Amino acid sequence: MDQLFNRKYIIQGLFVLLALILLGRLFYIQVASDKYFLDANNNALRKKFIYPARGVITDRKGKVLAQNQPTYDLMVTPNEVLPFDTLSLCNVIGITMEDFRKKFHKAVVQSRYQSSIFQKLLSVQTYAMLQERMANYKGFEVQKRTIRYYPDSIGGQLLGYIKEVSQAEIERHHGYYKPGDYIGKSGIERQYETDLRGTKGVRNMLYNVRNVAQGSYADGKFDSLAIAGEQLTTTIDVEIQKLGEQLLNNKVGSIVAIEPATGEVLAFVSSPGYDPNLMVGSESGNNYMKIFSNPYRPFFIRPIKGRYSPGSAFKPLSALIALQEGLVNENTTFNCPGYYQVGKTRFKCEHVDGNIALRRGIARSCNTYFWNLFVKEMTKKGRKNQHKAYDEWQEKVRKFGIGDTLGIDYPGERGYKLFTAEDYTQRYSKYWSYGTILSVGIGQGEITTTPLQMANIMAIIANKGYYIKPHLVKGIGNDKHIDPKYKEKHYVGVDAKHFGPVIDGMQDAVNSPIGTARESMIPNILMCGKTGTVQNTHGKNHSVFIGFAPRDNPKIAIAVIVENGGYGGAYAAPIASFITEKYLTDSLKGRRINGATIEQYKADNLLPVLKDKLPKQKPKVDTSKVDTAKKTVPLKTAVATNQFNKTAVAPKNNAATE
Amino acid sequence: MQQQNNRFFFNVDWITILIYMALCAVGFVNIFSVQYKPDISDTFSFSAEYGKQLIFIITGLVLGLSILLLDAKFFSVFAPIVYGITVILLIAVLVVGRNVGGNQAWIPIGSFRLQPSEFAKFGTALLLARYISSFNIKLNSLKPILICAAIILLPMALIKLQPDDGSMLVFLSFMFPLYREGLPGNLLIIFWGAALLFILNLFVSTSILIISILIIGGIFAYAHRKKVRKMINIGIIVIIAICYLFIGKYLFDNVLKPHQRTRIEVTLGLKTDNRGAGYNVVQSKIAIGAGQLTGRGYLEGTQTKYDYVPAQSTDFIFSTIGEEWGFIGCFVVIGLYCFLLLRIINMAERQRSVFSRVYGYSIACIFFFHVFINIGMTIGIMPVIGIPLPFISYGGSSLWSFTILLFIFLKLDSNRMGFI
Repeated sequence: MDQLFNRKYIIQGLFVLLALILLGRLFYIQVASDKYFLDANNNALRKKFIYPARGVITDRKGKVLAQNQPTYDLMVTPNEVLPFDTLSLCNVIGITMEDFRKKFHKAVVQSRYQSSIFQKLLSVQTYAMLQERMANYKGFEVQKRTIRYYPDSIGGQLLGYIKEVSQAEIERHHGYYKPGDYIGKSGIERQYETDLRGTKGVRNMLYNVRNVAQGSYADGKFDSLAIAGEQLTTTIDVEIQKLGEQLLNNKVGSIVAIEPATGEVLAFVSSPGYDPNLMVGSESGNNYMKIFSNPYRPFFIRPIKGRYSPGSAFKPLSALIALQEGLVNENTTFNCPGYYQVGKTRFKCEHVDGNIALRRGIARSCNTYFWNLFVKEMTKKGRKNQHKAYDEWQEKVRKFGIGDTLGIDYPGERGYKLFTAEDYTQRYSKYWSYGTILSVGIGQGEITTTPLQMANIMAIIANKGYYIKPHLVKGIGNDKHIDPKYKEKHYVGVDAKHFGPVIDGMQDAVNSPIGTARESMIPNILMCGKTGTVQNTHGKNHSVFIGFAPRDNPKIAIAVIVENGGYGGAYAAPIASFITEKYLTDSLKGRRINGATIEQYKADNLLPVLKDKLPKQKPKVDTSKVDTAKKTVPLKTAVATNQFNKTAVAPKNNAATE
Repeated sequence: MQQQNNRFFFNVDWITILIYMALCAVGFVNIFSVQYKPDISDTFSFSAEYGKQLIFIITGLVLGLSILLLDAKFFSVFAPIVYGITVILLIAVLVVGRNVGGNQAWIPIGSFRLQPSEFAKFGTALLLARYISSFNIKLNSLKPILICAAIILLPMALIKLQPDDGSMLVFLSFMFPLYREGLPGNLLIIFWGAALLFILNLFVSTSILIISILIIGGIFAYAHRKKVRKMINIGIIVIIAICYLFIGKYLFDNVLKPHQRTRIEVTLGLKTDNRGAGYNVVQSKIAIGAGQLTGRGYLEGTQTKYDYVPAQSTDFIFSTIGEEWGFIGCFVVIGLYCFLLLRIINMAERQRSVFSRVYGYSIACIFFFHVFINIGMTIGIMPVIGIPLPFISYGGSSLWSFTILLFIFLKLDSNRMGFI
């Protein structure tokens, strides 16, 4: 052999080297990277989803609030479309040729091989017409789907609405949704989305290169059936919900009614509302924009977001804390000369009552009484330790559900801030005392609450010392399970025995000649309550009523706020009265309150006139404004807002002129 | 002689035949899988590709065995005639051939189609072996090199006229047997260096390449600064290389057809073209990648079953192996090829006659070229040039041609003790 023999090894080495390169690349493609494996599935494997029926929502007695109704979408798979009479299709589904071209182009852009929605939400009639002709339209198919239907057209904000998912939601839910799916966007539909939506069924289908289905993958081993969504039984009573919505028609305001013993919300009205059926169907997009641009903001959920001074609702609470601490008893009297004097400044009360005790103080909502009480509270540790006393006091106030959200099962609840001593020090420097924050003693100033919190305070008083977190859903599914946190009792730290005199005072407010809401007395039912009037710098005062009934073994606690409704007795108390009567007796006796029938209350229009048509203007409470004003002259403004409890409101036509 | 004829079967390298049959079996099994449709493939059909391939394999085997019965001297003696016939066929195909897919490469004979370029390979291999084995040939002088080049370039030029670039490029593999027989290594280095530079020229801007050539040239010149002749040589090489860059660029932009350009660009990753020339490669890579380590299982490959890879039974048969048998299957197949090729080379080295050795090297390098380019293109590291995978790809002409190539060598090897 010659020396060239060595070249054998060079050639063989080259073979081995190149073979190793091939193997290395194969190892990368097949083992190290799963990109190609996934691409293969994208090629051939397509998931076909089967959509389950969304859970039905009922009221507390099982009456349906939201159900499903079939609708039809026309789908198109562009590459399967053969030339056909496009004009006839356009005529059937009612679009122009121009629309047709646009829609078809959109479908082609989305995917040539996969079907996409061509025309949404066809009516049953259109569907029937289409079915006859479908054979002519190759590449088109009709897909059945369900949409929401609300038989009573009530509870728009309460129930919320469903819409196509946004990109952000698709990402947030880790791949459950895909574009075009529907999701609860607000209200109960959103809160209980995972219960209501059920579980999508999947069929894994294999497709060949010409996009013809080749049967199911792995003999359907990985397929699943659709599981229908769970039924939701809400705590709402459909009758009083409907009545509440009617009574607040053409008014801005809210009604919250709670069953005290269970924390179940019986009525949840936010006005102006909207018909939930508007948010469904082919016009839903336009309707949404109309509702969205309504200057009275129907999408602002007032029961849980509206910000109001609790005012009169706060006075019983203040009394209860003082009674529990033993600072006063039911017989302690304060003298009301018609004002309360701090230094040289006199803060006016609405009336001159002389020496009054708790029961009358609450019935009359005597400011002087509660200022005295608040000063006593602040100075109980001596004049030097007022800040400390305030902090101890506000901690007790918090137990009543003020200063934080209550945790209702509804998205977006607000809990407005309750000031601590530290917060006041930041605002006023350290030289503040009871005189600086006197308005807090009568539920004004820095204390603000939502209507839900006001109703909850009434539930606490009705229960004599505890509450259960208000909630809107009584039970999920057939076994009616519920989050256990909605069964816990939250005690407020006041013994039951102290509630008697407070409730007496509230009873007098409705049922005695000196009461502020005596017109709203319900025959044969002892309703306890308080009226309130919130001064509104933009226009007429807001009318407020809070209460519960009947006095013994209360069944309903209620808070009603009618913006621009004048005095508490003018609108809020009558509305509460009608609702309570309806709920407790299941009938309305046709009585008149303030000389007006219930039909007149329903018909009254109290929508404020909006100057300069500012759609974003807050047609709302002004406590924030009051707050800012107070920074400079805290005391005077505080007193100015304190309009609670002007004695008995005259018949409402008078109220309107005041 | 008589004695040897009686026991020539004992001298035949049975291991090689076994590997050959294994590869044919791999081919049949995977072609069946490509054609398999669960609902319509209940009965075996000889009109389907797998049925035809079975006929090709059997006839190929018969062909191979009858080659073993021939006298070993036959190939050496008739080499010029075989070469002449293949050249005539190559010319004939240009006249009477059928144009399939833009290439005039087929002569229809009955229901079969003959592809002369496949047979040109062993014609060339035989004549090359015959020439080099003739007395007193030294491949380090100009004249024999030119004659060898002429033998190789004639069929290449004719195939180029079809035009079938894939088959034409296969003839480059004859460089390695020539190298084994004494072709100066520098020539190979220059050739492949030029090819490398051509490819780099597409990647990197020409100015950067010129600067790097100057730097490298400078380093060499500095290393040989005492030797004027060498420095002159280096200078000439640098100038030629730079000129070559511009010529190469010109050739690429103006001489190559657009589809060839795209294929090269797609292979180099300069372009992504998932629907045009890149489509085959993308789908083939997906199919192979889907196999993962152990494969999806025989007849279970979705990409294979549902026709995602074009030309899957012929040029892209390896993607079926990749998908259904996984990395392990690919490893086995490549291993079989390596074993076969290294064995052929070892066998070539044990030949007494130069003719047999050159022939052995020739077929090993032809097989290897096919295997590397074919598998390389299915996994996207080689441009898509349509050449079959030896013994596995569907097709009578290629299978027979590879069979003849191999069995001639087996015959020569069985006769290695004799004189040719």
